[in-house]
Amino acid sequence: MKELTIISGKGGTGKTTVTAAFAVLAKNTILADCDVDAADLHLILTPTEISSADFIGGRGPQLDSEKCTRCGECQRLCRFDAIDFSEESGYSINEFACDCCGLCALACPEEAITMVDTINGRWFISATRAGKMVHARLGIGEDNSGKLVTLVRQQGKLIAQKEGFGLLINDGPPGIGCPVTAAITGVDLVLIVTEPTLSGMHDMERVHGLCRHFDIPALVCVNRFDLNLINSQKISDYCTEHNLTLVGEIPLDPVVNKAQVARLSVVEYECGLVSQVVREMWDKVEKELNL
Amino acid sequence: MIIAIASGKGGTGKTTIATNLALVTPASQYLDCDVEEPNGHLFLKPKISDKRDVTMTIPKIDEELCTYCGQCAAACEFNALAVIGKKVMVFSELCHGCGACMFICPEKAISETTKIIGCLEVGKAKAVATDEIDFAHGVSNIGNPLSPPIIKKVKKLVNNDCFAILDAPPGTSCPMVQTLMGCDYCLFVTEPTPFGLNDLELAVGVARQLEIPCGILINRSDSGDDQVQRYCQREAIPILMEIPFDRDLAFAYSKGEAAVIHSQSLREGFQKLHQRIVAEVEK
Repeated sequence: MKELTIISGKGGTGKTTVTAAFAVLAKNTILADCDVDAADLHLILTPTEISSADFIGGRGPQLDSEKCTRCGECQRLCRFDAIDFSEESGYSINEFACDCCGLCALACPEEAITMVDTINGRWFISATRAGKMVHARLGIGEDNSGKLVTLVRQQGKLIAQKEGFGLLINDGPPGIGCPVTAAITGVDLVLIVTEPTLSGMHDMERVHGLCRHFDIPALVCVNRFDLNLINSQKISDYCTEHNLTLVGEIPLDPVVNKAQVARLSVVEYECGLVSQVVREMWDKVEKELNL
Repeated sequence: MIIAIASGKGGTGKTTIATNLALVTPASQYLDCDVEEPNGHLFLKPKISDKRDVTMTIPKIDEELCTYCGQCAAACEFNALAVIGKKVMVFSELCHGCGACMFICPEKAISETTKIIGCLEVGKAKAVATDEIDFAHGVSNIGNPLSPPIIKKVKKLVNNDCFAILDAPPGTSCPMVQTLMGCDYCLFVTEPTPFGLNDLELAVGVARQLEIPCGILINRSDSGDDQVQRYCQREAIPILMEIPFDRDLAFAYSKGEAAVIHSQSLREGFQKLHQRIVAEVEK
């Protein structure tokens, strides 16, 4: 089984637009939406839920104020400024600042703090017109998005292996931090979707650096390439210089938003040249994956 | 006054709005908290006067004192330590620098050392008027998975006498929450598409949990449908500004040029936006 992750560095370059189109074009694939804190793939693929479960991301501290003697040891030791104090209600844990390290629970002489499993979100296996999809919803402001990405990918792989699918396509998150790392480690191929803006190029180079750091082969595509042809040429030069294959240049066309509003991928809605370029891109990616 | 510019969905125009607002606002401070992919410097072109490393602490094991009891590994909630036979392994990329292992070690065999995870750059940028903008950003090292400690360092530079603008990272998880905490107001930049609305609703959820008042700016306001407007009306969230798509501005953006330098009407628009934000905060 092969695994492809679509990333970008900069947000909003068109990862999900490309993923949704690939999902429809690929014949033998399972999908995983690894952008768990701002998942959007379901808006195009309109999934029907088959099963769902809570995501227990780790443990978090729970303070029993009856046992607390207000010694303040927890507040003194906490490195995340997550222990609040008021004369009225004593010590309390600020869950937004808390890193869930458990030091307060280890240190409390009264054992007033215990670590309990925390539900950080929910994950789903769903049916879509493009195949089965694993996706998730991280709770509002919750931690552990990297772990949830890992879980979504693992479940996608399990389904693919069990049901004999040859490919898992992961829609990745933006950035270069922990969720991105979780979405690309160990995959066969990464597709970087960029745009010909200074931000897009700057972020592409950083995310490409991350791929090199983990030694993962990458392809590049440029979205809205005709917005700035000089910058698009620079991206092409960067690709040549770094031995990266440029698999496609998608034109800027407001019709892409119309497809999104209609809840269709750009290969299902008549998007003219955009549809054509994305189809050709998929052919190249498929070849690269040796499917 | 501390204002966060956030979005949920990436690429809606956070940095565009944050930098343009900084350019027209007197006594402004621009702090880029999107430390994984900081871009504000591309538009503000600051003169950096100070650069320092951002470090975090990681455990260092004294093998002479260690009895391989394994309590450190058992205490670590992040699985950053493993004791295998007569060897203690530290996986520093998993470490959150909490100090639990050092606290629990009965032999006092654990001390701490520092690891560089990124840097902080501070400087001044030229504003549209005669003013200067106080500029700072954090830059996470490639391969470092943990951005909140860098964001915290950037936020330490907030000057309350200024109009401090925090450019937030996308999403709704720890880096975004870390940025929003303690802000007086949050301006969400969205686009009127299903993706924009879906992620906006999640992001507004974070602001509400943190009890931070918020308003909306609709970018490329003519590019999708009217669902974002309807949502704002339903939820009684004020729309502070709408900016239609303009290919010339998008082209200027692609070259790293700020919109307010090109367009008189946008300059006035952003000045009004600043006044509206101040009025919302003082409400």
